Amino acid sequence: MSSKARLILDGFVKNNPTFVLLLGMCPTLATTTSAVNGLSMGLATLFVLVLSNMAISAIAPIVPDKVHIPVYIVVIATFVTLLQLLMQAYTPAVYETLGLFIPLIVVNCIVLGRAEAFASRNGVIASAADGLGVGLGFTLALTVLGAVREILGSGSIFGWKFISGDGMLAFVMAPGAFICLGYLMVLFNKYLKKE
Amino acid sequence: MAAKSSLINMVAVLSLTCLLCSAILGGAYALTKEPIEKAAADKTSRSIALVVPEFDSLSEEKAATLDGKEYKYYEALKGDAPVGYAIVSSAGGFGGDIVLMVGIDTAGVVCNTSVLSHSETPGLGAKCTSDEGFMAQWKGFDPSVKILSVKKDGGDVDAITASTITSRAYTEAVKTAVEVFKSLRDEQ
Repeated sequence: MSSKARLILDGFVKNNPTFVLLLGMCPTLATTTSAVNGLSMGLATLFVLVLSNMAISAIAPIVPDKVHIPVYIVVIATFVTLLQLLMQAYTPAVYETLGLFIPLIVVNCIVLGRAEAFASRNGVIASAADGLGVGLGFTLALTVLGAVREILGSGSIFGWKFISGDGMLAFVMAPGAFICLGYLMVLFNKYLKKE
Repeated sequence: MAAKSSLINMVAVLSLTCLLCSAILGGAYALTKEPIEKAAADKTSRSIALVVPEFDSLSEEKAATLDGKEYKYYEALKGDAPVGYAIVSSAGGFGGDIVLMVGIDTAGVVCNTSVLSHSETPGLGAKCTSDEGFMAQWKGFDPSVKILSVKKDGGDVDAITASTITSRAYTEAVKTAVEVFKSLRDEQ
């Protein structure tokens, strides 16, 4: 397997940010009330992650060590604000559902974590691959978590309702988020992480 | 790997990064300003169309003051005569403010309501945007005949099951809008 493909797969499985590294728990628990919300949040983070990883790997050699964190945060915040403006303009409905959690991507530890651990030491293309892998891993995790919570909590999937009335409402609320995340983590680590 | 830090290169790199980032964002802001305003305006006119009787044109956004608080409202006009008012009002619900667009016709009857924003519990209070029975009762709700409070409090509003606080707040917001309408009518 080529090294780039390996990098993408690593982000997806071995370094899955949600199920293995347990990073970015706040948006994970808060935005996954439905599969669509989880997917949108995942894609928003993926967008920021790929671009910030590329930008940071490009500027890393000239950034003085003592100020590297502020510089990285400014770069990340720029991409997040860019995303926020674009979403407000072209997908206002999605922007409204995700609300506060879009600006909060700035402080999502996955983004700064990848910048520190990977992008600052690797080339632009490798960093883009890493961002893509980790971003997709995050997106997958959030979509699955959102789907499970939506099925149990609302009796629907991607907005399509298959039972009349309500599901188990607890799963749409915070306690359900923790319970689902816990079980998914167990399953993921038992069956996928091994290989 | 990272360059060695000195005062000069730290200041230079930080200022350069900030300058470049602000330039990019300034450009993006200028480019997206119009679509963002359009999206917001579209949303407002859509929710107005939902709550007032059929109309030809809308007035500009106006403001009415009631008890020292300012409320935004829009007049729906047919020809030159107003056929209804769309009043933005809000009340504190379970999870935060529920902001409503309330349509009232010239006779003072509520035509319809629509939720502009809320942060109620999903599956419970959030049903104020989906519960058909709850939403339908506002169509043609005449506050001079019916009492604007939930049945539990002796009124005529059917509350959403297990979401009395949300229903109360919703009713409160409609009540405020009716008050705003009355003060508008008295002025004229």
